[in-house]
Amino acid sequence: MMPDLGKYADVVLGSYAVSLTLIVLLVVVSIRRARKVRAELERVEGKGRSDG
Amino acid sequence: MSLWEYANPVKFIRTTDKVLPWISVLAVASLVIGLIWGFFFTPDDFRQGSTVKIIYLHVPSALMAINAWLMMLVASLIWIVRRHHVSALAARAAAPVGAVMTVIALATGALWGQPMWGTWWAWDPRLTSFLILFLFYLGYMALWEAIENDDTAADLTSILCLVGSVFALLSRYAVNFWNQGLHQGASLSLDKEENVADVFYFPLLVCIAGFVLLFIALVFLRTQTEIRARRTRALMARERMA
Repeated sequence: MMPDLGKYADVVLGSYAVSLTLIVLLVVVSIRRARKVRAELERVEGKGRSDG
Repeated sequence: MSLWEYANPVKFIRTTDKVLPWISVLAVASLVIGLIWGFFFTPDDFRQGSTVKIIYLHVPSALMAINAWLMMLVASLIWIVRRHHVSALAARAAAPVGAVMTVIALATGALWGQPMWGTWWAWDPRLTSFLILFLFYLGYMALWEAIENDDTAADLTSILCLVGSVFALLSRYAVNFWNQGLHQGASLSLDKEENVADVFYFPLLVCIAGFVLLFIALVFLRTQTEIRARRTRALMARERMA
């Protein structure tokens, strides 16, 4: 199934490894920060309501 | 319905919440199909051998690196002219995505260039303007972080974005301007003679669609996050004043 990449296997596989790792990291960091900020806003809004 | 309705943060979050899952699914599907098609089911190029498979990452990421900055330019202009916070926050949200796309384009370009040109890097007009564009991304993100007042940060980063747009356009057209250096002209062209062969072109189009959809999904998600972060800061500031 794996195509024969010949003498360029290192650079082709390296390109895919670097790119996919960076994309996955970007997605994971974005989702984690989105969850964290959403929870923080809910906490601050909840606190505001209970104080007010 | 007017486009400016989406300048309302609540309306923006409500609308993007509805479309985000669909765009995300389409982005993943396009990327998976395009990359599998390109990697496993396309032949080697008669000159470049198997390195041609790098095109499915290099071209879409380079396109997005430039277009992300142009999207930031439009959003910055909207902020400067109409003072809509959502547009300034959308520009802020797009910057890290554009920066990652630029790194991918630079890294895959270096990996592709080594066997084809015999060097990882050359001070070629397109490569150099791309590197400067990356530095502009870093400067833009650093400026947002360095300034506490959101409106001041939006003003200054918008001006920086206008200046950086020169390099975004330069990185696209540098080859045409100077007609020198190692990097060839555009891979995609309406001229059949200049365009890449169909066997590479169609999977490449699917990959480009995947990168565009991924960019849109990430910008929507990150803009929502910036809107919520801004509201949190405002509420906490109000609390401190009380």
